[in-house]
Amino acid sequence: MNLRILRTLPREKAFYFFTSIGNYTGESATSLKEFTDKINEVNVKSLEFHFYRGDFEKWIAEVLEDKDLAEYVQKLQKLSLAGDRLRIQLYTTVSRRYNHLISQLSTRLT
Amino acid sequence: MKLKNNTVALDSTDLRILNSLQENARQTYTAVGKSLGIAHSTVYDRIKRMERHGIIKEYTAVIDAEKAGAKNIIAIMTIFTDPKQSDKVAEKLCEAPQMLEVYTSLSEELLIIAKVVAENQESLHEFIASSVAPLPGVLRIRTSMITKKFKETRFSIANNPKQLIFIKEKSNK
Repeated sequence: MNLRILRTLPREKAFYFFTSIGNYTGESATSLKEFTDKINEVNVKSLEFHFYRGDFEKWIAEVLEDKDLAEYVQKLQKLSLAGDRLRIQLYTTVSRRYNHLISQLSTRLT
Repeated sequence: MKLKNNTVALDSTDLRILNSLQENARQTYTAVGKSLGIAHSTVYDRIKRMERHGIIKEYTAVIDAEKAGAKNIIAIMTIFTDPKQSDKVAEKLCEAPQMLEVYTSLSEELLIIAKVVAENQESLHEFIASSVAPLPGVLRIRTSMITKKFKETRFSIANNPKQLIFIKEKSNK
């Protein structure tokens, strides 16, 4: 299951970062690793736009198929975060999950 | 109307007929002839020749979507593209029924400008996110939703008849 979550997706399944309706930043992510990195790179307006529309948890649940991470991200909405605080919290949550999946995978392989 | 170097030369009678048809394409040949002071057989011949040469492309109805009850939104998209893939992106966009008009433009960067229709903001976003952004060669997109229309006219022969004296003949002729 972890391997499936960590896979690289085809282009049409990627997450495309927008700053508002129809305004695409040119940034996209085709894996959980790339998604984690992009959280630190994209315009914070893009994070705010997608976060409060529920786009992140939808993509994580339906495309990456990681229900647990989708739930963690969804729970962050209660904190009413914005700007860099949102970026930091989102990055912490997603990168923690990524590192957890990688360490589980390494343990299984050794 | 004469053929010159693979182009169709329109004379003033042709231009007057086209202008009259653009005002009202449902007129009879007799009505057009009467309003222009020429025989209806001349009008018929000229129209048929212009249809054959693709100068008159089609006769269509112009619909006021608002009055027809359609509550769609219209947006103008500016799509910044990799110059090598711009034509392919434009061709792919043309396949989507949501696209009303698609143009390429050479400014500082190569752009595609497209007019798009959608049921609402959400379906517009869904279309752009799932069908436009993933196209290879799309670098970024700016979208402006139209909130109020001040003018909309179809290009008329009367706008600048001097520039329309020579029109390229259709390549399959």
